[in-house]
Amino acid sequence: MPWDRNQMAARAAEELEDGMYVNLGIGIPTLVANYVGDKDITLQSENGMLGMGPFPFEGEEDPDLINAGKQTITELARTSYFDSATSFGMIRGGKIAAAVLGAMEVSEQGDLANWMIPGKLVKGMGGAMDLVAGVGRVIVVMDHTNKHGESKVLKECTLPLTGKGVVDRIITNLGVLDVTPGGLRLVECAKGVARDDILSATEAKII
Amino acid sequence: MKKVFKTASEALDGLLKDGMLIAAGGFGLCGIPELLIDALVASGVRNLTVASNNAGVDDFGLGKLLATRQIKKMMSSYVGENAEFMRQYLSGELELEFNPQGTLAERMRAGGAGIPGFYTQTGVGTQIAEGKEVKQFNGKDYILEEGIFADLSIVKAWKADDTGNLVFRKTARNFNPPAAMCGKVCVAEVEEIVPRGSIDPDHIHLPGIYVHRLIQGNHEKRIEQRTVRKREEA
Repeated sequence: MPWDRNQMAARAAEELEDGMYVNLGIGIPTLVANYVGDKDITLQSENGMLGMGPFPFEGEEDPDLINAGKQTITELARTSYFDSATSFGMIRGGKIAAAVLGAMEVSEQGDLANWMIPGKLVKGMGGAMDLVAGVGRVIVVMDHTNKHGESKVLKECTLPLTGKGVVDRIITNLGVLDVTPGGLRLVECAKGVARDDILSATEAKII
Repeated sequence: MKKVFKTASEALDGLLKDGMLIAAGGFGLCGIPELLIDALVASGVRNLTVASNNAGVDDFGLGKLLATRQIKKMMSSYVGENAEFMRQYLSGELELEFNPQGTLAERMRAGGAGIPGFYTQTGVGTQIAEGKEVKQFNGKDYILEEGIFADLSIVKAWKADDTGNLVFRKTARNFNPPAAMCGKVCVAEVEEIVPRGSIDPDHIHLPGIYVHRLIQGNHEKRIEQRTVRKREEA
């Protein structure tokens, strides 16, 4: 059985180590926060906050307190606030240990495309280009194939890139792949998924 | 010199010119200078270039200036929440210069700090790097990005004293300090103006040197994505 969204998030949470400062992207990456357990993880929200707390109780929403997905959130005892230039200073400066991000396509060289589909979807890159260029480790969490059943793990990305050679690890519903100098290396299969299942669902070369 | 004005329109009086470059603070609808945007709409100033991380939503924030077609060009990182924006952009009526969010923030900060350009790894190997100088430092490629020098900055803070010292609140700080810094003139709108001396000087986020005009007003502070959890989940 392939992993569902929550199982993918739980697997991604295993990548995070005690004491890390981490940035989680929108979508499945946001769910990773639910699975960090006892680990002391500080979440960064790139609109200007370290120490992001859970969603507020109904009636306690504060319009001055949102995350990078524009959702209302809460603060924690450890929370600090800062401006956007300072926020991206810590991202670009390599102070954030890891980012967990969604993707439309990833290539076997670790190229990432997740910000636009020419002619169709022109929303913008937000902070994704800064994150992949600056953080210590980039972990992509996404479905292995698109809704047409085509591989999202490719020899070359077809969409405009967010970053070139920036992805370290890919966690999909089928398993875990590492980007290495020789190509993609299969690290782990989801329970009940065989190596051959992953090979046949992947356009990129797995060594 | 008196910095405090009665209304947003009075605070903008004499500062507006068609074709000018305006830097605006805010992230999404959080911490946006909503009163000054309304005053820009009322002023009728046209052909604006606006540097702002987002473009508001259709009927709030910068979306209002898009609806009246007063904006010629946006410099932004994410515009996904605005259908009218998308329509104007895809039909070629509106120019759009995408900037990675951190690059946009640093371009504003740099402009305000007198730095005309800086090198960054952000965007290397992507569309963003096209036409930009590439330089190697320690074996890695970096691209040259330019500081933003705006004609006018419009920002929102929580509290000010009458000399323009600003205090922001929570994540409503976001782009406001760098946007304030990069303008020749900066107008700030705040929820409360207090007498000088009543804010601890150690707790001022942006010194009044960056703020030339100031208004106090009532803010709608609209929430874009209201997300909550149930009590029993606690």
